[in-house]
Amino acid sequence: MYKYDAIDQTIVDERVAQYRDQTRRYLAGELSDDEFRPLRLQNGLYIQRHAPMLRIAVPYGMLASKQMRKLADITKKYDRGYGHFSTRQNLQINWPKLEEVPEILAELATVEMHAIQTSGNCIRNITTDQFVGIAPDEVVDPRAIAEIMRQWSTFHPEFALLPRKFKIAVSGTKEDRAVVQMHDIGLEFFKDSANELRIKVWVGGGLGRTPILGTVIEESLPWQHVLSYCEAIIRVYNIHGRRDNSYKARIKILVKALGIEEFKKQVEAEWSHLKNGSLTITEAELNRVAQHFDQMPYETLPVHDSSFDAAVASNPAFAAWVKRCVHAHKQTGYRAVTLSLKPHGKPPGDITTEQMHVVADLADAYSFGELRASHEQNLILADVKLSDLFAVWEKARAAGLATPNIGLLTDIICCPGGDFCSLANAKSIPIAEAIQMQFDNLDYLHDIGELELNISGCMNACGHHHVGHIGILGVDKDSEEWYQVSIGGKQGNDASLGSVIGRSFAADEMPSVIQKLIEVYVQQRTPEERFIDTVRRLGLAPFKAHVYGEKEAA
Amino acid sequence: MSQLIKHNTIVADDWTRVIPPTLGDEVVRKQAGKIVLFKLHGEETFSQAQIDATDIPATGKIILPLPVWIARKATLGTRMAAGEIGILVATHEPIEHLTEAFPDLNVLPLIAVFVERFADGRNFTIGNWIRTRYHFKNELRAVGDVLRDQLFFLKRSGYDSYLIRADRNAQEAIASLNDFKQPYQGATDDVPVWRRLNRSQL
Ligand code: SF4
Repeated sequence: MYKYDAIDQTIVDERVAQYRDQTRRYLAGELSDDEFRPLRLQNGLYIQRHAPMLRIAVPYGMLASKQMRKLADITKKYDRGYGHFSTRQNLQINWPKLEEVPEILAELATVEMHAIQTSGNCIRNITTDQFVGIAPDEVVDPRAIAEIMRQWSTFHPEFALLPRKFKIAVSGTKEDRAVVQMHDIGLEFFKDSANELRIKVWVGGGLGRTPILGTVIEESLPWQHVLSYCEAIIRVYNIHGRRDNSYKARIKILVKALGIEEFKKQVEAEWSHLKNGSLTITEAELNRVAQHFDQMPYETLPVHDSSFDAAVASNPAFAAWVKRCVHAHKQTGYRAVTLSLKPHGKPPGDITTEQMHVVADLADAYSFGELRASHEQNLILADVKLSDLFAVWEKARAAGLATPNIGLLTDIICCPGGDFCSLANAKSIPIAEAIQMQFDNLDYLHDIGELELNISGCMNACGHHHVGHIGILGVDKDSEEWYQVSIGGKQGNDASLGSVIGRSFAADEMPSVIQKLIEVYVQQRTPEERFIDTVRRLGLAPFKAHVYGEKEAA
Repeated sequence: MSQLIKHNTIVADDWTRVIPPTLGDEVVRKQAGKIVLFKLHGEETFSQAQIDATDIPATGKIILPLPVWIARKATLGTRMAAGEIGILVATHEPIEHLTEAFPDLNVLPLIAVFVERFADGRNFTIGNWIRTRYHFKNELRAVGDVLRDQLFFLKRSGYDSYLIRADRNAQEAIASLNDFKQPYQGATDDVPVWRRLNRSQL
């Protein structure tokens, strides 16, 4: 966990004062709606269907237990007793009062939290892999650099009003879990043959109306230059990105219009002025920031724990949970645990005040007081001893946090959709719930195996439907809610965008449509194939045929 | 009452902004700078007729739009030499138009950047370039849709005078120039905080 110093604390405190005054001026009529909008958005405040929505920053997904308790208190005091983890590792609360937001921010500031740049046309929360620092396949722990970038991007004066939002992801593992290709800038850290830390820089990825995977703009950037290089990219974008049409304003459109060669040429020209200037990160600064992250006091443990092995052997429910929710750790005798926020029939990513307290207690008791949020909208206890797993499971299960469905069909990524979001074409949460109920049989669910199902309520793609193995998109047909289904999307190193299977469906058809897609897979799969592999091998045709059947032929 | 903020206070504005007249003819839309691949950004520029019809006051300090200066500079040499002419650039104008017209920007006593809409953040990059790349040392002014909550960013991007939109309280806006004491990142006014202060001693 990054710990604030006096500089960090002063900045969030000054921000609270600034936003308090902006809210006051708005309520006094000194700021118009249009003028207040970018100000509140840069502070994570949306005006939604029923009420404002406040998005609280969880930088690169890391949370301390005391922060989780504060969030729990906030959901109780200012909201309706629950919060929602978003696909950007942030926490959203759906029912705050606009006038109370400055108070909420003041409370957050007491635990080194804020809502800075969680929305608006600026550099957003920098995201990373939820297993950062503990993954066995990690080459580099990118957290110190992510923190340096967080500081650099916070109230960056030149990039305060970009053409559109700007998202940066960092990854330091072989298997990319931060979906760097889906971001405006993706930074993939690696060690070169001389064991020097380098960065492969991707640019112009993004979902939304025009889904595009990023392109490599720089194969091997020395890490010291990451800020100046990003600044060069964003400067070219700030000047040349479109501002006349918000659907064409993301950097991906600029990169595509110019072509990566020309774009790179312009970036390099800019960079030549910035490189080796004061933006260069020094080894000393990297070390200083790294020291703000605790070194975990790991114990020396054996590879096996007999009580754990016995529990797995004798308790099938525990074994199923271990299989899905427990992950490898680079420290011997430790595991990472995913607490599922996807119980069947509940809105994906939602967590109640009481559950937040349970999670904070679990973190304190078993995981050095730290938590992480994943972009799949679950929570992680990163450092649990093998011998503690059974106790963690029992407590998590009692709190409804141990559904053994991580990575399975019901671990649905889902945006808030039409229940909350004013941009939505259609509701998304009830679709997720209906599908979860359709596949409520755990044996069947495990037999189907790894499958990512993502739902967005509109083209903005907050639910990342393009990269779901199955993607569902809410569409509007004559003011009715319909759903378009795509298959074959994937995140990771071999990312791909899904293809739409055909005409869209009404809400009540959706569970059976998913059922039919699964039937084709179960029938056609080879023993080692996951759903996505079968789709890639067979293409759309057999899935289409089974879903639409004779109806389409007629 | 003046709306001009300079040196943390309200000062009288001795510059007059020259605005080309709107004529009945078709609006000319501007291509987006050096990027010819983009068709139209929908940004208006002045037509030749507008430039020709622009009424330039005979005396006093005036701020001229760059295209007006370029078209009519032949008759304005002495006034330029007398330091009576400042230049106004629009955020969609390529910076090269300015630097080609004035290879040494410091011949100008004042450059103004016209912010058409407050959400247009190009003025920040433009300010940064004018200060750091082209080493302009005289007055850099933000005019147009200039509101209190951009001031801190404008200041850090190299601006040193701000003409607050007429319907807003300029006096109160001054406070926002100092919203943050120690911003994190470097900008035209300072290096990054970790180079500015010894953070490990805090
Ligand atoms: S995808 Fe659309 S409906 Fe869903 S949260 Fe985003 S904007 Fe709202």
